[in-house]
Amino acid sequence: VVYYHTHSFIEEYQFLTPEPTNDFALWVQDALGYDILAERLASIDTFEFPTVGALRQMIIGVIQDFLAQTSNEREAPPGNEFHFIKSISIVLPTPYAAHDLQEFVSILRRISIGSLYFHIFEARLRLQRVTNDFSLWLEECLGEKELAERITRLDPYNYTMENLREIIIQLCEKRL
Amino acid sequence: MNPKINVKDYEPIVGKSYIEELRMLARRLSGKTILNINSTFEGGGVAEILSRLVPLLNQLGVDVRWQTISGEAQFFRVTKKLHIALHGKDEPISDDEFSLFLETTERNLNQIDFSGDIMFIHDPQPAALITKKSDIGKKWIWRCHIDISHPDAQVWRFLEQFVTNYDAAVFSSPNFAQQLPIRQFFAPPSIDPLSDKNKELSPEAVDAVLAKYGLNRDKPLILQVSRFDRLKDPLGVIKAFELVRKNFTCQLVLAGGTASDDPESGEVLQEVRERAAGNSDIHILDIPPGSDIDINALQRAATVIMQKSLREGFALTITEALWKAKPVVASAVGGIPLQVKNRLTGLLCHSVEGAAYALRQILANPDYGRWLGRNGREHVRQHFLIVREIRDYMLMFLTLEHREDVIYL
Repeated sequence: VVYYHTHSFIEEYQFLTPEPTNDFALWVQDALGYDILAERLASIDTFEFPTVGALRQMIIGVIQDFLAQTSNEREAPPGNEFHFIKSISIVLPTPYAAHDLQEFVSILRRISIGSLYFHIFEARLRLQRVTNDFSLWLEECLGEKELAERITRLDPYNYTMENLREIIIQLCEKRL
Repeated sequence: MNPKINVKDYEPIVGKSYIEELRMLARRLSGKTILNINSTFEGGGVAEILSRLVPLLNQLGVDVRWQTISGEAQFFRVTKKLHIALHGKDEPISDDEFSLFLETTERNLNQIDFSGDIMFIHDPQPAALITKKSDIGKKWIWRCHIDISHPDAQVWRFLEQFVTNYDAAVFSSPNFAQQLPIRQFFAPPSIDPLSDKNKELSPEAVDAVLAKYGLNRDKPLILQVSRFDRLKDPLGVIKAFELVRKNFTCQLVLAGGTASDDPESGEVLQEVRERAAGNSDIHILDIPPGSDIDINALQRAATVIMQKSLREGFALTITEALWKAKPVVASAVGGIPLQVKNRLTGLLCHSVEGAAYALRQILANPDYGRWLGRNGREHVRQHFLIVREIRDYMLMFLTLEHREDVIYL
């Protein structure tokens, strides 16, 4: 549930540079009108957290701090309640497999946004791999340590999916 | 059915990788049969969606079938009443009428061939077919296309006893759903970008429609497409237009029809005509059902498209407008906020004055209007086209056998 509400914006706005926010911040602002709390929630840097559990604790902590300082508890207007939604990931192999960097770039151009999303976002936070799948493979299988680190350092929450695809392709092409 | 539909035709719209992904999902459903059951093959939104979904899924290689329930006119009068009551309107239903509903269901239980692995039942009319589950097992999904968030309590209690026996329910939005002890999926409705209402039109075709209705091509056009219903607030639209008209040269078109199942619509049309009388910049168009090309052309000719409803379902008219890259001004009701993200994919309003303010912003800043329109079109491309609905359903069918959060196939 926490994963969904902190990542749905990435999928939702693939055409705009995403505001790195989350559903909790949007609801607190739009339905409750708590601007300061909304800003604090929006400014939580999801990229810093190694697990969804740690992210959840941070969100709870920010809300509890705010509630301890406010005496004016507001209720959302009818129809604006927060609906907690759980996402289910379905993972299936594609026909694509890369054997070298050249092939990797060519496949990266062709795969769907869903595939890109899985290897970047899900791999790290939901499946708790050390970093994204691309960096892992580049370092472990091709020995491309520097390129892997460059991709690891990219904060994916600040790009559209297509921009992210293009940046990774450019980093790889520089190496070719 | 639409034999002319070809899944390959969607590739230029959503990309090759999207269609390839659909094929991959379809392969995983190989060997499964999905049986859709609703109340009619023709007429109404559900039949329109199924007439496109079924052939497209078949082309992808999924064995999807479609059957309808049958019933006398009296049965459908009762289901119409159920529909109204589920929307929250006061609509008394007698015990005899509930009995008639159950008797007709019983007859259908004996007539329908329930071959298949997944029973996909649409809307309340066939919902009680779930009683068959105790005999034949299989997976059962109830797809609710309407907003049942504020139903008449008696009618909901009646329906709930059936719905809770399904394996899962599907709603168009969390705001349209009920608390249920079964899994719920959310799948917004969609439009078909290749249908007559949404396909690309040549400038000549658009001009011909404007000429047909006596509209000026060179004057900015504000449009609302909706049947003549007080809940669509046509008088509010006229008031907003009059506020804007003081400072901007523009024309207003209210285009819609009267519905045979809505006795008030003729009355509302008359009221609207009287209110607009004497203003040559207001055009009230009573457009017959099935005039999809005309509606398409009017939307393409519009400078701004409005949907100033007081209550609304999902509002596919807004989806159509956004798909045509038009800036929209719409009330924040029903499914509209899912589509119109304020100041990103359109402008939301809560009053006549708010609507006028939003219209002025767009009329005075055409570049801003174009930016909103472009974002709106991309938003629809990603979330509200038929291929996404197909993908959602395939994903849902694939999850039925699993309970985990991450499913590896």
